[in-house]
Amino acid sequence: MLRLLSLALFFATWMLGASLAGEQMLPGPVAVASAILGEARSGVLFLHLGATLARVLLAFALAMTIGTALGLVMGRVPAADRLGDPWLLILLNLPALVVVVLAYIWGGLTEAAAIAAVAVNKLPTAIVTVREGARALDPGLDEMARVFAMPRWRTFRHVVLPQLFPYLAAAARTGLSLVWKIVLVVELLGRPNGVGFEIGIAFQLFDVTRILAYALSFTAVVLAIETFLVQPLERRASRWRLRPA
Amino acid sequence: MRIARKAFVSSSGEGGDVLRDIAFTLAHGEVGAFVGPSGCGKTTMLRIVAGLDTEFDGAVARPPGAIGMVFQEPRLLPWRTVDDNIRLIAPHVDEAKLAALFDTLGLATHRAHFPGELSLGLARRVALARAFAVEPRLLVLDEPFTSLDQPLAVRLRDELAMLVDRRPVTTLLVTHDLDEAARLADRLFLLSARPAHILAEVPIQQPRAARGPADIAALKAAIARQQPTSG
Repeated sequence: MLRLLSLALFFATWMLGASLAGEQMLPGPVAVASAILGEARSGVLFLHLGATLARVLLAFALAMTIGTALGLVMGRVPAADRLGDPWLLILLNLPALVVVVLAYIWGGLTEAAAIAAVAVNKLPTAIVTVREGARALDPGLDEMARVFAMPRWRTFRHVVLPQLFPYLAAAARTGLSLVWKIVLVVELLGRPNGVGFEIGIAFQLFDVTRILAYALSFTAVVLAIETFLVQPLERRASRWRLRPA
Repeated sequence: MRIARKAFVSSSGEGGDVLRDIAFTLAHGEVGAFVGPSGCGKTTMLRIVAGLDTEFDGAVARPPGAIGMVFQEPRLLPWRTVDDNIRLIAPHVDEAKLAALFDTLGLATHRAHFPGELSLGLARRVALARAFAVEPRLLVLDEPFTSLDQPLAVRLRDELAMLVDRRPVTTLLVTHDLDEAARLADRLFLLSARPAHILAEVPIQQPRAARGPADIAALKAAIARQQPTSG
């Protein structure tokens, strides 16, 4: 209920702002909605949304997989942590734009370069979060698994992974929003389609309506992923906590 | 049949030796209980026996096959049900045996619960069930009944005695409770304070099931004469 009210307030503020600034600077919700509808009817909207979404998912999956693996190793092996830590610091502080530009220069304006650049941007935060989780693993359960000679994969799946889950969820949360913002930059600079590309064109035409139409459509997609995929998954994985003792 | 023989154990931490010259052998199916003051290194010794600690001088010969261990804390997986906690550790356990085990330990109604929903006493029973479910050749128990109230500890102790009698398994029990040791063991080892070594070895001939409270009291008195500090 409060969420709806908050959302209503957002639209009201938007409308007020639009009437004050004028349709040129800030088109109102109705104008943006009809722009979205128009793009949707011609099918272009879905083409671009799809292209962006595919890049987001690919880069996200890549960064999470590699990040989880490296984070686990760094969290559990002190030597690996000391070895990897300076690299991590460099990566963490490297501006996204630099990575993207370099990737395009070295790899050409290709899909692979684009996705690699996004993944590299997301990678260090994923590593840091998972490393925290790996450091917090319960040594008692670890010993239990060793004494009872649990096979490696089963230990990972049932002992390690559930403990890492909150950290993975946190990494995924921040990751998803970070990744899609960088994907837009990548598309703006060197891809022939996607939301970022469309926004680039709209920028050249000073077409604020179109900028808002694409930005909001994709925000809606991310919100949908969050509500219908991430949250239910989280609830499922933490149901053992919810039941009272 | 010689089951566990540890020639020389000296696990040196920063402060010097924790264990010194501990050597013992348990026959197949024998229950050995180690009694000693808290902090004397009992847990360290068990960790060496269980193969969790490999940084020591000496050798441990374990019987081939599975080890079942009950830690001081239950160490269950909180995100898996009681049933899953046991099946994950013992995937080949057959349903009838598992059901019997749950019955013996009074866990039959808790199979679908998560460990967080159980009292400490129940959680300890699950840990016990888990150790038995793997059909171990060596059972290692680290103060399995501490921080339980007395009647419950006594009940669990009797349940454990029943399980060990039903399916003989070489067992190593560590406790600071002489009662518990006298009730369960075939062979008692009295440990000194740190660095721990064996002060006395007391075989108990009378079968577990036949031991009454009077026998246990007599045993305790006999032991107390040998080691006035413990008790």
